[in-house]
Amino acid sequence: MPIEVAYEAKIERLSILDQNGKLDEKLAKDTLTDKQVVQLYEHFSTCRHYDEVAFKLQRSGRMGTYPQNMGQEAAGAVALAAQKQDWMIPCYRENAALFLHGLPKENILLHWMGDERGNEIPDDVNMLPISIPIGTHMLHAAGIAWAMKLRGEKGVAFTFFGDGATSEGDFHEAMNFAGALNVPVVFICQNNGWAISTARSKQTASETFAQKALAYGIKTMQVDGNDIFAVYKAARDARKRAVKEHKPFFIETLTYRLGDHTTADDARRYRDADELESWKKKDPLIRMRKYLESKDLWNQSKQKKLEAKAKEDVSAIVKRAEGIEKPTIDDIFDYTFKELPIETRRQRDTLHTHSLGQFPEQETLQQTAAPAHA
Amino acid sequence: MSNLTLVQAINLALTQEMEADDRVIILGEDVGLNGGVFRVTEGLQQRFGEDRVVDSPLAESGIMGSAIGLAIAGMRPIPEIQFEGFLGPAYDQLVNHAGRYRTRSRGSVTVPMTVRVPVGGGIHAPELHSDSPEAIYAHHPGLKVVMPASPFDAKGLLISAIRDPDPVVFFEPKRLYRAFREEVPEDEYTIPIGQGKIVEEGSDLTVVTWGAPVLQCLEAMDSLPDDLSVELIDLRTIYPYDADLIVESVKKTGRCVIVHEAPKTCGFGAEIATMIQERCFLHLQAPIQRVTGFDTVMPYYKLELEYLPEAARITQGITACAAY
Repeated sequence: MPIEVAYEAKIERLSILDQNGKLDEKLAKDTLTDKQVVQLYEHFSTCRHYDEVAFKLQRSGRMGTYPQNMGQEAAGAVALAAQKQDWMIPCYRENAALFLHGLPKENILLHWMGDERGNEIPDDVNMLPISIPIGTHMLHAAGIAWAMKLRGEKGVAFTFFGDGATSEGDFHEAMNFAGALNVPVVFICQNNGWAISTARSKQTASETFAQKALAYGIKTMQVDGNDIFAVYKAARDARKRAVKEHKPFFIETLTYRLGDHTTADDARRYRDADELESWKKKDPLIRMRKYLESKDLWNQSKQKKLEAKAKEDVSAIVKRAEGIEKPTIDDIFDYTFKELPIETRRQRDTLHTHSLGQFPEQETLQQTAAPAHA
Repeated sequence: MSNLTLVQAINLALTQEMEADDRVIILGEDVGLNGGVFRVTEGLQQRFGEDRVVDSPLAESGIMGSAIGLAIAGMRPIPEIQFEGFLGPAYDQLVNHAGRYRTRSRGSVTVPMTVRVPVGGGIHAPELHSDSPEAIYAHHPGLKVVMPASPFDAKGLLISAIRDPDPVVFFEPKRLYRAFREEVPEDEYTIPIGQGKIVEEGSDLTVVTWGAPVLQCLEAMDSLPDDLSVELIDLRTIYPYDADLIVESVKKTGRCVIVHEAPKTCGFGAEIATMIQERCFLHLQAPIQRVTGFDTVMPYYKLELEYLPEAARITQGITACAAY
C-alpha cells in the first residue's frame, strides 16, 4: 500500500490595519465604515479609561481584585459583528464587547466590588455573566448555540477565552460537541501570550492555537487581535457562516495583555520589559488613532473632547456602582432556587431573631435557654 | 393503569413529557439508537427523532456543560450520565455552574434540567458502577436530589423534576430497575419533590431510608417479632428532604434507624441524625442507629452484598435500637 496524505491543512492569518495605522484597502473593503471606526475608537478609549480607574479603585481599597483589559480592547469589535439575538459568553477580559452588546457598564465594577448584582443580565440581553473558572463556559456556549439551532433561531453564540483555557479538558469537549453536533458557536481565543505567569510556549507544543480547531472539524483562522478590521471581518464572516450552515468557527486573536493578570499580580516577576515595550507599539488604540488622523476623521481637539467625555462618563459609572447600597444578608438566600426549600427559608426568616438563623424551634434550647437579648 | 417495572415507568414519564413539551430533549452516551445501557430510553429516538434523543460524544463534562447551555437558552434538557461513578468528570459543571447560575445571576440565568443517573450497587457491575454519591450533591446549594424506590414514585417524581425550574439530579437505583412491578397510572401525575412517604406505618421505631435499601428494610421487617411495630419511611427526595415527616414519626416512636448504601461518615444519615436531635431530642428513647455501607471503597461485586446494608444488618440495627 502506498503512503497517502490523509489530511493536510494550513492556518491563515489575517491582518488589515497594521501597527502604523496603515490599512490594506482591498481586505478592508465592505468591513467597517468610517463611522463605525470612530464609534469603536471612542468606545475603546472610554474602556481604557474605565480600566485605569478600576485599577485605582482597587489600589485605594474601593474595589477588590480586578483584571485589567488594557491592550485587548479590539476584541470588542466582535460585538459590532453580532446581532441583538446573538449570545455573548465571556471570560473576564472582554468588557468592551459586553458593553457594546448591552451590559450596563457599572455591572462589571459591581462584580469586582464583591456584589452579585453585577452579574444580573438585563432581560433583553443575551449574555452570561463573566466566567471566573477557566475554560468551563465554552460548553455553555455550545449548549446555547445548540438550543438556538433546535429552536430555529437565527443567532450564534460568541464565546471568549484565553490561550491558557485551551489546555483545559472542557475546552476540548466544547469544541468536540460543537463540531460533532454542528452548532453555531464562534470560539474566540484571545491569545495574549500569558496565562498569569505561564508563557504561551509552555502552554502547548502546537504552532498555533487556531490549529487545535482542525482536530474537531472546525474551520479556523488567526487574526491580528489588535486590528479591529481583522477582528471584525473574521467575526462577521464566522457569524454569517454559523447562521447559514449551523457550523462552528474558531478565531485565534494575537494580542497582548498590557497590564498584570489582575491587580493581585505583578507581571514584572515573569515578563520581559522589552517584550512589553514591543507590544505597547502594537496597541490597538494607537493604530486606530493614526488611521483616523490619516483620513482626517480625527484631530487633537476631538481627542481632548473624547478624553473629557470619557472622564465624565466613567466618573458617573463609578458613582452609580458605589452608590448602590450594600445588600442585606437576607439577600443571599433568595436566588438559591425559584422556590426556597423549608430549611433555607427558616434560616433566612430567623436571621433577625435571637437564634441568628440557627433555627429557634430546637425544643431543648427553647426549654433551657432564655433568648440572648432578653 | 399498567403493571410496570421502574425502567418502564421512567420510560413512560420521558415519553409523555417529550410529547407534551417539545423543549424536552434527551442527551447522553448510547441513549439513542441503543436505548441506553439499561434500556431506559428504549424506543424514544425512533419516536422523537435524532434531534431530540441525542447520542452525544463520550464526555460527561461535555454532556453536563452543553445541557446547561441548552437549559439556559430555553430548552428542558435531560442529560443522562451512564453510571454514578462517571459523574466525576461532570462534577464541576454540575456543582459550580448548574447549581450556581440562578444565585450568581440573581435569577436572570437559570438551568431547568434533569440529570438522570443510575445509582447504587447490587447488580454485579464492574468497579465505579455501584457507588452512592447522593450526599455529595445534596450538600451543594442549588441542586435538588431525588431517588425514587418504586415505579409509581419514579414516574411522578421524574415528571416533577422535568417541570422543575431548577436543576435536579435524578438518581435511579439500578438494583430496582427490574426488581418488581407496580401499578402505574397511564395518565400523567406528579409527586412533589421534597415529600417523603410512609411505606409501612408503625409505632415503636422509625426506619428512614431511600433507594434500593427500601426493599432490604422490608425484608428485615418481615423477620422481626410481631410485637415490634416499625414505621418505614422512604425519603424519596434527598434534597430538600422531608424533615417534618421524620420528626413527626420519631416524636411518635422515640427511636430511629437510618439505612443507606453510601459510606457512614458524612453519609446523608449523618444530616438526618443531627436534625432529629435538633428537633426532637427530648423524644428520643435510644441513640439513633445507622446501618450503612462501610467507610471503604465500594468493593468489587464478589463482596458487594457484604458491603451493602442487607436485611441481616438492618435487623441487627433495629433490634439493638429497640432494645436500648
